Amino acid sequence: MTHSFATETSRNDRVSPQLPARAGAGLKGEHVLQILETRPDIGFFEVHAENYMGAGGVPHRQLEAIRRDYPISLHGVGLSIGAERPLDTDHLQRLKSLNERYEPGLFSEHLAWSTHDTTYFNDLLPVPYDEATLSRVCDHIDGVQETLGRRMLLENPSTYIAFEQSSMTELEFLKRIVERTGCGLLLDVNNVHVSCVNHERSAEDYLDAFPMAAVGELHLGGHAPDEDDAGRPLLIDAHDRAVDDAVWRLYERVVDKWGPLPTLVEWDNDVPAWPVLLAEADAADSILARRGKEEARLVG
Amino acid sequence: MSVDGQPAAPALPEFSEALLDTSLPVPSGVVGPDGKPAPKRFTVYRNNVVVSLVEAIEQTFPAVQRMIGEDYFKALAREFVVEKPPKSPVLMWYGAEFPAFLETFEPLAAYPYLADVARVEWNWLQAYHAEDAMPLSPEELAEVAPDALGNMTFKIHPAAIVVESAWPILSFVAVNRFLPDDDMAIDLKDAQSVLITRPDLDVELMLLRPGGALFLEQLRSGSTLGQAAEAASVGVENFDLSGVLTDFLSAGVFRTLAS
Repeated sequence: MTHSFATETSRNDRVSPQLPARAGAGLKGEHVLQILETRPDIGFFEVHAENYMGAGGVPHRQLEAIRRDYPISLHGVGLSIGAERPLDTDHLQRLKSLNERYEPGLFSEHLAWSTHDTTYFNDLLPVPYDEATLSRVCDHIDGVQETLGRRMLLENPSTYIAFEQSSMTELEFLKRIVERTGCGLLLDVNNVHVSCVNHERSAEDYLDAFPMAAVGELHLGGHAPDEDDAGRPLLIDAHDRAVDDAVWRLYERVVDKWGPLPTLVEWDNDVPAWPVLLAEADAADSILARRGKEEARLVG
Repeated sequence: MSVDGQPAAPALPEFSEALLDTSLPVPSGVVGPDGKPAPKRFTVYRNNVVVSLVEAIEQTFPAVQRMIGEDYFKALAREFVVEKPPKSPVLMWYGAEFPAFLETFEPLAAYPYLADVARVEWNWLQAYHAEDAMPLSPEELAEVAPDALGNMTFKIHPAAIVVESAWPILSFVAVNRFLPDDDMAIDLKDAQSVLITRPDLDVELMLLRPGGALFLEQLRSGSTLGQAAEAASVGVENFDLSGVLTDFLSAGVFRTLAS
């Protein structure tokens, strides 16, 4: 295996950390060499923070090479902000180190939990939407933002069940988190579609009521269709295929109404060849560009 | 429904217990859109947890997987995941206990070398993610005056580690992970100890000469070259000091040198 990226000099000393209002792609190890060889015109790359928590070696060398030429977004999947236990301070320190080392344009995490007691479940598990959970989640977000010294974005979840004990809607829950913590939101349009189908709600109504002023990034990804106990459609947030047409339509609705925002295409399982993922990002880019041109025309 | 403003009973302990223990009922208060209990919906979470953790184990131990077959490995990894789920959200650190689990797994007692093969794969991953460091070059060592050599001590490179075994574990790993088309004959009586290093980005595996493991252990604990060579010679016929040193230098075992 050759590591041509290790010694290559790069176009830019270091690009600005800011994410442009363009499409980006989730960075996969198997794509890195091709990306560094072909230098695609893409807005940014997003990485899962936990994949870069080793001390050294290939992952860091690759990410350094990517970071020299592209802005990156750092996306945590293991902080367990919704957990009952306090935040894992070691994990938070690791996130802080990555933030300092790579200067990502954005840092985001999930409205979910993945750790209970000492067990890490490696899944984004749902929280009940009640006062006790709200207060705990807000405390945890305060802790993250204080430690990292920056505003974080919180991602809306895809869920398969509801808790009987919930006393407010997901939207109300998210709005109150934003009010109390000042954090931003990451609007995952695929999650909106998945959750709204699963809970038999209107995705359009959900999006129209979403606190868009707080949104700093959009996510798109693929989901897998299944059925629930009663034979009703149940969508699984699998990130294992192309973005669904229904999700593209919702995405266009968001961009048309609110203007262009940095947009990530996620593809984490059954990862395709790089050109396939790049084509998905290009499709998002053309929706963003169309809207950008309209804005320019209106202003001009 | 709880009354607004009142803290509700904690839901997460019951939820988390039922994730890995499928004998437990679906947690109370977990419902579908009709407000009715939703066991199949809950099963999605159970599957996500177990399947993703099994995949993590599969990725770390591909040689063991190939040796016992994909289906058997999946079932085995499933048992391991349920018994020893990860404690850290950093999954590159998950699986340290898998070799010991294999060792005590009764149905595989006829394959006692599997645990050591897994140890090589676990340590391969540790070397892959180890801190970057430039290894000591042979030229740096050559500059030392011959009569001063015996008093030198070494700082060991952060990626360098040894797996000792009574089994041909390097051959097993080579054939089942790195050279899958190779049909080299493996002699079960061939005891192999493996040196794992990562001088730059690529992890390297090398067969250790007799006494090499003890020699490295001595140097790691701060013994001088002379002391380590003497210790390694005990119980090893014709300990090949210059051969071992040449191997160590070419594999990048040392980080720095001190007198």
